Amino acid sequence: MPTGFDASFIVQASYFVTAALFIMGLKRMSSPVTARSGILWAGAGMVVATLVTFLYPGMANYELIIAAIVIGSLLAWWSGKRVAMTDMPQMIALYNGMGGGAAAAIAAVELYKHSQGEAHALTISILAVIGGIIGAVSFSGSLIAWAKLDGKINKTLRFGGQKLLNMALLVGALVIGGMVALHLNASPLFVTLIFVLALLLGISMTLPIGGADMPVVISLYNALTGLAVAFEGFVLNNAAMIIAGTVVGSAGTLLTQLMAKAMNRSIANVLFSNFGESGGAASGPVTGSMKSIEATDVGVMMAFAEKVIVVPGYGMAVAQAQHKVWEMCQLLIERGVNVKFAIHPVAGRMPGHMNVLLAEAGVPYDLIADLDEINAEFETADVALIIGANDVVNPVARTDKSSPIYGMPILNADKAKNVIVIKRGQGAGFSGIENALFFLDNTRMLYGDGQKAAAELIAAVKAVD
Amino acid sequence: MTGIVALYIFMLAAFTGYEIIAKVPVILHTPLMSGSNFVHGIVLVGAMVALGNADTTLEKVIGFAGVLLGAGNAVGGYVVTERMLEMFKASGAKAKQKGSH
Repeated sequence: MPTGFDASFIVQASYFVTAALFIMGLKRMSSPVTARSGILWAGAGMVVATLVTFLYPGMANYELIIAAIVIGSLLAWWSGKRVAMTDMPQMIALYNGMGGGAAAAIAAVELYKHSQGEAHALTISILAVIGGIIGAVSFSGSLIAWAKLDGKINKTLRFGGQKLLNMALLVGALVIGGMVALHLNASPLFVTLIFVLALLLGISMTLPIGGADMPVVISLYNALTGLAVAFEGFVLNNAAMIIAGTVVGSAGTLLTQLMAKAMNRSIANVLFSNFGESGGAASGPVTGSMKSIEATDVGVMMAFAEKVIVVPGYGMAVAQAQHKVWEMCQLLIERGVNVKFAIHPVAGRMPGHMNVLLAEAGVPYDLIADLDEINAEFETADVALIIGANDVVNPVARTDKSSPIYGMPILNADKAKNVIVIKRGQGAGFSGIENALFFLDNTRMLYGDGQKAAAELIAAVKAVD
Repeated sequence: MTGIVALYIFMLAAFTGYEIIAKVPVILHTPLMSGSNFVHGIVLVGAMVALGNADTTLEKVIGFAGVLLGAGNAVGGYVVTERMLEMFKASGAKAKQKGSH
């Protein structure tokens, strides 16, 4: 490093700026008006930190560093640009896993150095071990979550003694990590074993978790990666990593709790119980029959309505029907109909995912209302149009104590004067629970693929007059 | 940085993270999770230092993987967050007041 200026001071000062940019960026991201600029601020912070790290005193291997950055960035850029909006949750899982892997790699390098005799202070070694374990669990766990959501693993692997195995893996990793940190046995083999056990733990923890719970798990791993980054920040004495990692760790923990609450589940419940297993074991038989309706009738009904509330679900996104649905809503708005979108917290694959999908189709966010805002309005709505949603509008959640979804907050679509359900077939929802809403007297079923049904509705609304 | 100062940083940063998320509308949960996913991409910096100080071949290989993964986290996290937030638009001036809750 050329003398004349203190490189270390410049690095530290820049990290300080980066930490401030991250916090202000995240703050801006928490409001729809400023969200767009928030990511730009945080991105600027990242660029500053990355560039200034090349000035870090006493570094070598610059070719390797640059090569790794270029390769990693290009791959991530390419994959991030081409992923479809519906597949966003698994991409977040994938990138998050990478961060966990990077934290584990830092821990591994430090611990191998430690085993070569470059002994660290005890607290530093312990933090390196814990951060390494958390990072490795987040890495392999996130990869499994990605593979599951992406349909690469369809099976949900469960066997007796699974919890026991997880506990054994965790205790094993901690004990061996403790021996390494205390220098009781810091051989490279033991260092390797820590990571092997932690990677296995991540896999074995995530495999039994069903697809419906995956968003909570991804959010949890996101928080864990943040924590791992903070711990490795302590090891490297890097304030930017400590601050950014901790902020993500606590924000991610809170976000995980909010998600779990929206699904009426506790985090422990997601991790340690096997939801979704009961499948078809439906509670009490639902009486009545489903009554179907034609698209033309629905078109007339909506065209002369005062207020229409659309309840979209993941099924709509899978059918890629959001553009058509919005086109239909625009026709209604032109006719003076008051149209709103009601979003359940877990509509889509994770909280807010449906908002992103609707935003992609061009729906302005001020027409989108969440559960608390909209629930009182269903009583005054002429039509509630349910498209691709199922469990989140099932009134059983309010009434039937024996139902697995009992207590889950739902959208009160059943209170609307008319309920129209667009649905492909007569099957039960994601959770395998029969939906009592479909059998109500004021409910009519419009069978068909979401996109096709929406196109028919557009034609039907246009045909009115 | 002494241990106790590091502990202070840890505590204050934890409260900061909690405060940022506590008042967020549900519609921004996914972008915000993605945004926080990007922020822990700062791990790239640590991986660069680790690789920069790597001596043995094993350390270099692991360090290289670390930088590669860290860069993937940062860049991928940025791209998808930016793509999601780009789509948030209000329908008119009235929305601007309403959206700031």
